[in-house]
Formats: sequence, structure tokens, C-alpha cells
Amino acid sequence: MLRMILRRLLLGAVTVGLVSLIIFTAVEVLPGDACTALLKQDAQGQRLTNCRQELGLERSATLRYFDWASSALTGDLGFSAHSTKRISELVADRLKNSLLLGIMALAVGLPLAFLAGILAALQRDKWLDLVLSGLAIGAMTIPEFVSATMLILVFSGWLGWLPGIVLTPPSAPLHEFFPAIVLPVAALAMVMTAHILRTVRSSMIEVLDSDYVRMATLKGVPYRTMVWRHVLPNALLPAINVVALTVAWLLGGVVVIEMVFNYPGLGRLMISAISDRDLALVQAIALIVAAVYVLVNLLADLLTLVANPRLRTAARRLS
Amino acid sequence: MTSSMAPGNAQTSTWMLRLGQTLRAMASRPSGAIGLAIVLIHLLIALSSPWLVPFDYKAISSLLILSPPDAVHWWGTDHLGRDVFTRTLLGGREAILVTLIATPLAVAWGGFVGIYMGLVGGKLDDVLMRLVDALLALPWILKMLLMIATFGTGLGVLIPTLAFFYGIPVIRIARAAAHNVVARDFVLAARARGHGRLSTIGRELLPNVLDALLVEGAMRWSWMLLAFSSLSFLGFGVSPPTPDWGLMVADSRTFLAIAPWSGLYPIAALSSLIIGINLTADALAKTLGVDRAQKAPI
Repeated sequence: MLRMILRRLLLGAVTVGLVSLIIFTAVEVLPGDACTALLKQDAQGQRLTNCRQELGLERSATLRYFDWASSALTGDLGFSAHSTKRISELVADRLKNSLLLGIMALAVGLPLAFLAGILAALQRDKWLDLVLSGLAIGAMTIPEFVSATMLILVFSGWLGWLPGIVLTPPSAPLHEFFPAIVLPVAALAMVMTAHILRTVRSSMIEVLDSDYVRMATLKGVPYRTMVWRHVLPNALLPAINVVALTVAWLLGGVVVIEMVFNYPGLGRLMISAISDRDLALVQAIALIVAAVYVLVNLLADLLTLVANPRLRTAARRLS
Repeated sequence: MTSSMAPGNAQTSTWMLRLGQTLRAMASRPSGAIGLAIVLIHLLIALSSPWLVPFDYKAISSLLILSPPDAVHWWGTDHLGRDVFTRTLLGGREAILVTLIATPLAVAWGGFVGIYMGLVGGKLDDVLMRLVDALLALPWILKMLLMIATFGTGLGVLIPTLAFFYGIPVIRIARAAAHNVVARDFVLAARARGHGRLSTIGRELLPNVLDALLVEGAMRWSWMLLAFSSLSFLGFGVSPPTPDWGLMVADSRTFLAIAPWSGLYPIAALSSLIIGINLTADALAKTLGVDRAQKAPI
């Protein structure tokens, strides 16, 4: 068991390392560097040389990569090219806000998705299933910026119940984001719920069609007992990993939704960093997103490992 | 085959025949008929809209800012007084063009690499699949934005980028599909007859993997359209004043409450095309008997 967990941790670390290497190389092949970005039109002659010496850009790329990566490990992500602030300072508030958005969406979407997915599977091909599955497919196929815009139009424009955009500054305490956060959370939760609902439903149906469930039914096990004891544990475990994948995929959706609602999160910071060609900031945010992604998947793996008796035994046998 | 046909055309005409059969079978399903009709209408509009539209798409008018739909401007005007009907009709051209170029490219390179890896296997396959996993691990928008941050925007960057990233999941599909036939007798026979790898892929593997690739391609098209419009919405796709649905929705955001028409028509256009493609892909999967398990966007 322990060995399996350690293996997972190592694999996660390797993935983050690989991603950091990809990010660093991508920025490295670009014409220009931190100094040309900092000095802009003054970037020539002695000033450029001085700046490069000061920031250590004269050194080889390998050295600079290790320098960047090792200081990133200690939480120091360097300086932004456009504001004189430390990137870690710039990013901290934004990360907190994005996490708030994501966690709220999970808190709303997860129970809803599991409940609706289980109901849809138990009522397979009846009207409830058709409605739920239809809604889910609709929410999955429509781009996030469209569904988010529609939410604004209906709940802010027509009904006037909720603010359509977030005007709270990035550093505001969390409670000040209410009620403006409701619509972004709803938009994010909608897409997420749809994906997880579909997975839970198909996972449930697979188990409902299995031989051991048929056997239990034939044996005369009451329907309730069968669903609770035989179907749910077997169907929901595989769904954990899909939830993790969906969460990771949400990291992408977050960027779009933050833009639609003007939400001061990490995604919007990244977009403005790209528009400003602030590469150090882009690197840092990409690294953070990748790390969050790996962490979420790691968590899901461990959760499945702990919860699944079969894997537990396999792990014990391995170690 | 009719006897008048030259032998060289025999293969082409079987393909045509099969295409016709597949299309007819798809159209006989309600989802396929609706999906095909929607996609066809969109393609026709995209092709002919420059000659159809009543107004100049970039004609700005200070007198017509956000005016509601009337007899002259059927779908109203936007925040610069431009005709929404004209811009919506033209707004899909770039997105459709880009995705129609990038999707076949993605399926072609991903399909080839996947089949090749399925046939050859070994160390190279192991290493490559780890790389594929690592690349699939990053959210699509992060990958696209990193490329845009590195190489800038513009169609010259977007088409290869989309084709590259959306080809990666195809590698997996093609590899898995090729694995199913690699060990079969006819492939072994081809190898035994002394066919090289490329000829084995072209003659034996590709025909057996093609169905899965076609379905995958249809799905990729819809995801790619979604990605492209989202990028346009974020300001990294089509540059103004060229009309584009994603861009139009972004522009209309601030005025949506007072002028919903400026955003709703492009939203309806984009959504209908994506839904149409999804219905078509679904019907294609069912017609060809390809098991389309639920897949993540990228």
C-alpha cells in the first residue's frame, strides 16, 4: 500500500517536472527575454547587458532552468515583467479566488451530479432519464462562454436577481464575493455536473447489467438492499477518477468563465499576462495550474486506492 | 460495378458507393437526418454568405447603435451600428474554415502515428505513449494559450496548433483500434508476403481503423470548433473587424441586457452548428458500429 502511494507521488512529481520543462522550453525558444520585456524600447547596448547580468540571463539555459525550478519549489516565482511586484504576490490572491470558485462549483455540482446520475440510471429510458441526459448533453456541447452569457442574460438582464459581473477587487476577503459569485459558480457547476452525471450514469448501468446484480435479483435480494450494497459501491468507485479528470478539465473552463464574469481569478490574470507578453507570469501560472491538476489526480488515485477493496488487496500483495 | 468502368476507377467507385450508403444509413436515423441537415445548411451559408448578405459587415453607423430588429435590419444592430444579420451570416466562415483544415490534419497525423505505434510497439511506443499521457494531462486551454503566448495569434499559428493538439488523442484511438487487428491472420499474412510497414498500414490496417478514425474526426471537429470560438471570445482568434461568432458574443456581453439580439443570434448560430455536428457524429458512430465511449474534450 505504502509503496503504491509513494509510486503515485513520484509519478506526480515527474509529471510536474516534465511540464515545467515543457513550459520553460516553450518560453526559451521565443525571441526576446525578460530584459527586452522589462526595458522595452530602451533594450539596447549597455543597459541591456547590465540588465542581463543583473538577472543572470548570461548563464546557460540549463543553469537558468534549475535556478527557476528550484526557486519555484520554494514558492519564489520571480518578478513580473510589467509590474515590479513579485509574481508570488500577484498570484496568491488570484489563486485563492479561483480556488473559491472551483470549490464552490464542486460543492454544488458533485452531489447534484451523483444524485442525478444515479436517478437517471435507475430510471433508465424513462422520462426522467431522458430529461436529465438530454440536459446533460446540451450543457456539455454548448461552449462555456455561451452558457455563461445566457445565465447573465436571464438572471441578471431579464430577472435582475443577481449581478452579472464581478466588481470585487482581487484582494478582497472571500465573503465580499457574494452574491456576485453565484452566477460564475452556476456556470462552472453546470458543465461539470453534466460530465460527471454522464459518467455516473453509464457506470451505474454497466453494474446494473452485470451478472452479479442479476444473480442478486434472482436470489430475491430486496431492490433497495441491492442498489445500496451491490450497485452503488461498485459503480461509484470508478467515477472518482473521472471526477478528477473533469476537475482538471474545469481548470480550462475556469479561464473562460472568469473572463465572462470579469472574475479576478488566476485565469483572467493569465489572459492579461499573455496579452501583455509577460512571459514570466505566464510560466508561473501554467506551472501552478499543472501542479493543481497533478494534485487533484493524485488525490483521486489515493481515494480510489483506499476505498476499493480489490486495489487494496492488490497493493498489499505488491508490497 | 458496371463493365464500362476502367479497372483503375473500381476502387474509387467502391469508396463512393460506401460513402453514399453510409450517408443514406445516417439520414435514415432521425438524429442523423437532423444533424446532417444542420451541418449542410451551415456549410452552404458559409460558402455563399458573401453574396447573400444585405449590408457591409464593417459599416459603422452612429445613428444605428444597438437598434432593435426592424424591417431593414432584421436582427438589429450591434454596439457600433453594424448589421447583426450580416455579421452572423458571415461569422462562421473563419471558424468553419480553420476547423475544416485542422480536423483532417489532426486525424491524419494522429491516425498515422497511432497505427504505426500499434503495429511496431516496443520501446519507442512506450516512450511516446508516456509523452501522449503527459500532453493530454494539461487542460486544452493552457496548451493553446501557451502556444499563443509563444508564437502569437493569427491563423498561421492557430491551424497548426489546433491540428497538433487535437491529433494527440487521435493517436490513442488509432493505436487501440490498430492493436485489435495487428495480430489477425490477414495482417500476419501481409507481413509474411514481405509487405513493408507502410504498405501493411495502407492496405491492411487503415481500412480496418478508418471507421473509428472517421467517428473520432467528427467528434474532434465539434471540440475544435468549441475551442476556436472560445479563443475568439477571449480575443486570441479572429481579429476584428472580421465577423466571428465568439467575438460577437464577447462584444455583446456588456450590452446584453439592453440589446439581447446582438448576442443571441451569434449564440444560436454557433450552438446549432455544434449540436448539428454532435448529432451527425452520433449517427455516424451508430451507423458504422463504432463504440463511442464518453470522451473528454481533449
